[in-house]
Amino acid sequence: MHPAPSIIAFTTLSGLGLGLLAFLGFGVVVPRGLLAFLWFGLGYGLTLAGLAASALHLGHPERALRAFTQWSTSWLSREAVLSAAALLVMAPYAVGLVFWGHALPGVGVVAAVLCLLTVLATAMIYAQLRTVPRWNHWTTPLVFLTAALTGGALLSTQTLLAQMLLPWLAVAFALHWMLGDRQFARRGSTLGTATGLGALGSTRLLEPPHTGSNYLLKEMVYVVARRHALKLRAIALVLACILPALLLWTLPGWPALTLAVISHILGLLTARWLFFAEAEHTVGLYYGQR
Amino acid sequence: MTALPPPSAVKLGLVIDLDTCVGCHACVVSCKGWNTENYGAPLSDTDAYGADPSGTFLNRVHSYEVTPDLGAPVTVHFPKSCLHCEDAPCVPVCPTGASYKRAEDGIVLVNEDACIGCGLCAWACPYGARELDAMAGVMKKCTLCVDRIYNDNLPEEDREPACVRTCPAGARHFGDLGDPDSDVSQLVLARGGMDLMPELGTRPVNKYLPPRPRDTLQEPPANLAALCEPTPQALTGFLGWVDRTLSRF
Ligand code: SF4
Ligand code: SF4
Ligand code: SF4
Repeated sequence: MHPAPSIIAFTTLSGLGLGLLAFLGFGVVVPRGLLAFLWFGLGYGLTLAGLAASALHLGHPERALRAFTQWSTSWLSREAVLSAAALLVMAPYAVGLVFWGHALPGVGVVAAVLCLLTVLATAMIYAQLRTVPRWNHWTTPLVFLTAALTGGALLSTQTLLAQMLLPWLAVAFALHWMLGDRQFARRGSTLGTATGLGALGSTRLLEPPHTGSNYLLKEMVYVVARRHALKLRAIALVLACILPALLLWTLPGWPALTLAVISHILGLLTARWLFFAEAEHTVGLYYGQR
Repeated sequence: MTALPPPSAVKLGLVIDLDTCVGCHACVVSCKGWNTENYGAPLSDTDAYGADPSGTFLNRVHSYEVTPDLGAPVTVHFPKSCLHCEDAPCVPVCPTGASYKRAEDGIVLVNEDACIGCGLCAWACPYGARELDAMAGVMKKCTLCVDRIYNDNLPEEDREPACVRTCPAGARHFGDLGDPDSDVSQLVLARGGMDLMPELGTRPVNKYLPPRPRDTLQEPPANLAALCEPTPQALTGFLGWVDRTLSRF
């Protein structure tokens, strides 16, 4: 699948923002006054920046409100509804802490749950697609949720929690990559089943239907740079998990935390790029590529 | 709107004969023509005469080579458009309700006025039957020529899809696959019509008829190229004499 920068930015930034807001909502940290303003501001900022980036890749962003209507069937619609609900319910909690120094904790917890459900809905947009076997697996929501929680722990400066979560994120990545490598073969789709000609013999593409490119090839048959996948996996694992963990263990205080956050975000972006670039869609079979 | 309707009794669709298709791409052109001039946003082209031409099509013809365990390889031309699946995965994923399946005849359509162009339905389709139009920013797909098949303004013989009407080889058939007695259902029965990627559970309405078994030629001639070369031996009479004489120098 084409690793569109807007979608990579959207899923990474909104994941981090929602993770941070979830930690704030659960009351793991209860900032007040200016500090609360900055912290909630960061959470809202990241989430809204992500949502804005996602609107960029729409053909008709001006109709985006329609995406709130089909929540009973569509995960994309659920994501829209849940993200709006999470940000709205979090607002009185945030405002209370910023201006009065206290707020109803119950509201924060509800908002935090909505934040995590939003991340789950984002993951399910990908995990529901049977056409992309690598995504169509329980490790997809696992990676998205673990990443949001880890990022939230780091951004809310919960060093101990972050140290506990970072190894789990590494495990989630490893499972997603290793189990994902087998998924396409397990689904059993080949050019033979795609054309129905498999029963007659071995099948290969003789002539593509068009000499130029098209939407399908640009969007769903992305084969560039997959050969670097293994190196990129290592880079993602080091930057997102190992380096931040080492920094938190060895150095004290803010400098370590800041460096850990930067490294973690760079690692996440690499992993998210791979999430798209490595995913193979069944339509590639018709073009003799995957 | 994006919930799939209960299975309809009428299931309109196409039956495509892989034995008869000659790979002429006439259906591709007629489909592009009809659907650019009629229903919905036109099917745009970008850089059509430049170095990197690209465009929206609702129907495309691939060509494959099938090599049986025994015998010579065969070429199979393979037209592909929306299969109007019974369990269409492209419908429930749509966040706006723009992508829908008609309850009355099972045709899968996009309401272009409601489409936000998110592309998720195209991701959900295993077959590559949906293309986001680069100029209009909305999802385009085969309409089963819904604006022809019910169109009383057209002469009766034209009330079938443009691709079916055009096909010079008669490789495309249109009809009600929900009615076991219809011509298309009978054809599917007689020829062993098949589903594409049945393992994905989409239950396509469109069926493909496999190529019939070939004649007894078991392997290609030893030197195929030689049969195409004009040889002096083949020339007789005056021309043969000229050829032989000139060849001596
Ligand atoms: S062929 Fe693709 S676009 Fe058509 S109904 Fe099936 S899944 Fe949807
Ligand atoms: S591209 Fe249009 S029709 Fe397809 S899922 Fe998005 S809004 Fe629905
Ligand atoms: S039925 Fe109409 S829209 Fe569909 S492939 Fe044929 S000509 Fe194109």
